[in-house]
Amino acid sequence: MLNQVMFFLFGAMIVIFSLLTVTSRKVLRAAVYLLFVLISTAGLYFALNYNFLAAVQLTVYAGGIVVLIIFSILLTSHVSERAVMAPLKESLLSALATVAGAILTLITILKFVFVPATGVDPHQNITDVGNALVSYNRDGYALPFEVVSVLLLAAMIGAIVVAKKEKISKK
Amino acid sequence: MIQNIPLSYYLVISTLMFFIGIYGFLTRRNLITMLMSVELILNSVNINFVAFNRYLYPQQLQGHFFMLIVIAVAAAEAAVAIAIIINIYRNFKSIDVENVDEMKY
Repeated sequence: MLNQVMFFLFGAMIVIFSLLTVTSRKVLRAAVYLLFVLISTAGLYFALNYNFLAAVQLTVYAGGIVVLIIFSILLTSHVSERAVMAPLKESLLSALATVAGAILTLITILKFVFVPATGVDPHQNITDVGNALVSYNRDGYALPFEVVSVLLLAAMIGAIVVAKKEKISKK
Repeated sequence: MIQNIPLSYYLVISTLMFFIGIYGFLTRRNLITMLMSVELILNSVNINFVAFNRYLYPQQLQGHFFMLIVIAVAAAEAAVAIAIIINIYRNFKSIDVENVDEMKY
């Protein structure tokens, strides 16, 4: 019962704050709404008993990416500035397209009968995840882990090079 | 069925979030808010991975690792995108896509 209440609370928060994120005229406020969306998503992961994923969601998304976004908002626009939106006709067409797509997808999802696995104890604690992450045996994920770490390193170096100020003496 | 919540409820939430993100991407004109819409889209996909993993294959870990990798790629993408946005702001004094059209030919 309490689980259901929490699930619907988080679901409603996700949908409402997502809508506010994409419609809010104030950019900084939109970023804070995005933060609420990400925190509610972590709540959904907690409801699924995946504590590690919820912790990652909170630290990386809510703690890292949102802070990065808020920093760049403060660097590039004034707090009082109001965001420009698409013209009305374009907005209506986009809304029509997305609502049509959402209805189509929802009908497909709700018509399909998923058969959940029963009688299996998920039994996944952080130790299992950590062991699989660095294991190179079957069912190990050492290769994707290394690939992602190289990708992150390359992205960080690239970001520093791109954002660096050019030397003034160049003129 | 886990805790009386069917799998499709999770999918409904992530579908709504995904299409809201697409709507934001289509209607926003500010580069940072477009980036935020992309984050919404990526996040909704994560919900799908995790919910499928929990309900259909609870003894496996694939959903976990797909979600972790998507988060890492999202972080890399956000860092590079913000570097580019700050560079654009330095050159054009604006980050609205309407004003940044010098690369168009």
